[in-house]
Amino acid sequence: MIRRILLSAAFTLASLVFAPLAHALDPAVVARLTSGESDDQVAAVAALVASGEDRAIVLLRALSEGEVQVAGKQVLIVKGEAAVDAVTGAGVSPLPAGLEDVGVNNRLRRELESGIAALQLISPDRATRLAAIKELGANANDAMLPLVNKALAKETDPDIRAQLEMIAAAMELKGGTKESRIAALKKLAASNNPNTKPLLLGVLEKGAEADEDVRRQAETSLRSVEGRLAWAGRAGLLFSGISLGSILLLAALGLAITYGLMGVINMAHGELIMIGAYTTYVVQNLFRAYAPGAFDWYLALAVPASFAVAAAVGMALERSVIRWLYGRPLETLLATWGISLMLIQGVRTIFGAQNVQVENPAFMSGGVEIFTGVVFPYSRIVIIAFAATVLVCMAVLLNRTRLGLFVRAVTQNRKMAACVGVRTARVDTWAFGLGSGLAGLAGCALSQIGNVGPDLGQSYIVDSFLVVVFGGVGQLVGTVYAALGLGLANKLLESWAGAVLAKIAVLVFIIIFIQKKPSGLFALKGRAVES
Amino acid sequence: MIFARLYGPKGWLAVLAGAIVVFAVFPVLNLVVPPESAFHVSAFGVGLGGKFMCYMIVAVAMDLVWGYAGILSLGHGLFFALGGYAMGMYLMRQIGADGQYRVNMPDFMVFLDWKEFPWTWWNSDSFLWCMFLVVAVPGLLAYVFGYFAFRSRVKGVYFSIITQALTFAAMLLFFRNATGFGGNNGFTDFKRILDIPITTPQTRMALFAITGAVLIATLLLGRYLVTSKFGRVLAAIRDAEARVMFCGYDTVHYKLFIWTLSAVLCGIAGALYVPQVGIINPSEMSPANSIEIAIWTAVGGRGTLIGPIVGAGLVNGAKTIFTVALPEYWLYVLGLIFILVTLFLPHGVVGLVQRWAKRT
Repeated sequence: MIRRILLSAAFTLASLVFAPLAHALDPAVVARLTSGESDDQVAAVAALVASGEDRAIVLLRALSEGEVQVAGKQVLIVKGEAAVDAVTGAGVSPLPAGLEDVGVNNRLRRELESGIAALQLISPDRATRLAAIKELGANANDAMLPLVNKALAKETDPDIRAQLEMIAAAMELKGGTKESRIAALKKLAASNNPNTKPLLLGVLEKGAEADEDVRRQAETSLRSVEGRLAWAGRAGLLFSGISLGSILLLAALGLAITYGLMGVINMAHGELIMIGAYTTYVVQNLFRAYAPGAFDWYLALAVPASFAVAAAVGMALERSVIRWLYGRPLETLLATWGISLMLIQGVRTIFGAQNVQVENPAFMSGGVEIFTGVVFPYSRIVIIAFAATVLVCMAVLLNRTRLGLFVRAVTQNRKMAACVGVRTARVDTWAFGLGSGLAGLAGCALSQIGNVGPDLGQSYIVDSFLVVVFGGVGQLVGTVYAALGLGLANKLLESWAGAVLAKIAVLVFIIIFIQKKPSGLFALKGRAVES
Repeated sequence: MIFARLYGPKGWLAVLAGAIVVFAVFPVLNLVVPPESAFHVSAFGVGLGGKFMCYMIVAVAMDLVWGYAGILSLGHGLFFALGGYAMGMYLMRQIGADGQYRVNMPDFMVFLDWKEFPWTWWNSDSFLWCMFLVVAVPGLLAYVFGYFAFRSRVKGVYFSIITQALTFAAMLLFFRNATGFGGNNGFTDFKRILDIPITTPQTRMALFAITGAVLIATLLLGRYLVTSKFGRVLAAIRDAEARVMFCGYDTVHYKLFIWTLSAVLCGIAGALYVPQVGIINPSEMSPANSIEIAIWTAVGGRGTLIGPIVGAGLVNGAKTIFTVALPEYWLYVLGLIFILVTLFLPHGVVGLVQRWAKRT
């Protein structure tokens, strides 16, 4: 078995080495290339390109580098002391006497460049092919159509195929017959490439296309391309809206517990988010210092760590300050604002006032390109999934566990809960810790997509309060709808009014909305309203 | 008789003492006493005093809504800034062609390549019109906002949060260059007011004295209101709004009046602040600024009118000292003030003093 593999490998190697020798170029064409007549030379380049031989690209490249020299009838590629015959590829030594350079003027140089690009299209290296396509796309020449078609026939990579088809169609449009032009236009209609649109518009320009049928086909194609581009835009918008919504949801979920269920106005919530982000930063640094090999896995530790640190800070706050202010919401607001100021300054003292760098693990960088130009980054997708997971966990925790039962009981009727033996003070601490821990998770998520700095929390506090208030206090479902709704609305408005105006519009909308429905989208009905 | 209702003899004496300090002591120490004397008050001192008095007016205005009507606003910085911007517009027009570009237009507009003034600047070269705007813009905004909020019985923390959202939205709006109020940089580099150079000691002293007069007037107006029947109803609304409604009072109008008045007072304070400090920019509308106003009031003592004045003086005095001496620690101190005052001093410094006075 191993012998067979080795053997076949040896054959492959041999064929690679000897292949250039096996196919010689047409000596007449090579001679024309070095004739010095520029028309002849251009024709020769075209012929070489059309031949698609492997040696052709070597020769063209050597010519553009100024390495081709002529001695009588013999054309040589000279590199320093070594020389090979351009036609056969055989080594020549010693160098013959009377070598003359072959001149390359600008016109020829242009031809050479696009010729080389065209030949690279059939290179076995994917990166080379992609680069060649980029080169060709810029200055396509209809003489190369056969070569592009040849490359297309060989191409298996779907990405490159699509781009090649695009180029082929563009070439057909320039030089093809009426039927081939219409066929090309039909092909273009199915293209996902955003460059299609300017191409079609070019056809429709006045004087560019005389034939009525072709024009009509171009219009139809343009319409279908525009339709698809619009859909891609909408999909992108929807995605960024959901992405923003998931971030808002993460930021607001903790608040939905501390404010929504417990009624504590925690203005330091944003700072708990910030603490989660900084915890992630610290964990990341620890991994970098002590376990660089496992760096991609640092989030596995950062997620629980940021939850734990933020929850610990939150519980400490509840025990020391907030506990004494239950039932005095306005005072709680001021005291927690004071806490937030101290936390911000504390982080500044420890980590400095500058933003810190949190690096994504490798699997989170990059993204899925669902459409040319519309990319869904993996980091955002992970965060959407993360938000959904956190939401489910919290719903289970609140509805299916003993702690959740106690939290709901204390929320609904503190005295009654105390009477049946629930230790309400302890439940308060745990619930506040839970809400704070969720803020820490939000911070961990935010660190993956934005700047981490001492002011991180400030930018989310107003938003997350609005989400909770908009959704209706005490309503988890409301929070979810409100977060997604606000995220989508924000992005939709942003797409046609700009970021700042969109934000203002959303704020104004919420202000008006709250005045119409003071208890949010999902108001509690019945007696609970009065309390 | 109205004098007797406002203050007793001791109270009036205190008001008189304040007036003497503002109108006699400061001007003499600043303008008459030579600079090398130990008693001389520098231009910086006058500016600082004027600035503090503006803050005190805001604190009293805040106390009227929070201490007496139980409405905690986290958006008073917006009304303050709007008054300041209205004054700033006039001051920008007074620069005339003395700006960087020697054109009869504010520098930032030339920079943005605007050829004419936006509609918001209509008639802004008239002092009277701008003074009208100082009162009208914050007043109208507060009236409209308050009308909808109070009518639909938005109150407590909800109200606080939407006022915060309001000032946040306004800040974002004013940060834009296209809004037409100088974007990030706001207004600065003022040269004249009423065609008088703005930086001379006499002009500064005059502004200082006017601010002092407005502060005293605000205090007396506040006192008049809270000792009247209106003030009683207001306090009743603060303590048990539902019961007041059941007694047949339309609480919306009471709240709306004090809310709008408070906003107007803030606007006037802002208008006095801008020529003395020499700059107004959107950061005045940041939620942090507005919430700081609440803490001035809380430190001094809510529900007393002298308390906010004391509180604004104490907190800003501490801020001035700390931001110069130990800038690193100011936020810790401010944070601690927030926490300690709410936990241990529900009636503020004035409440503490009153308790001591009762004990002895």
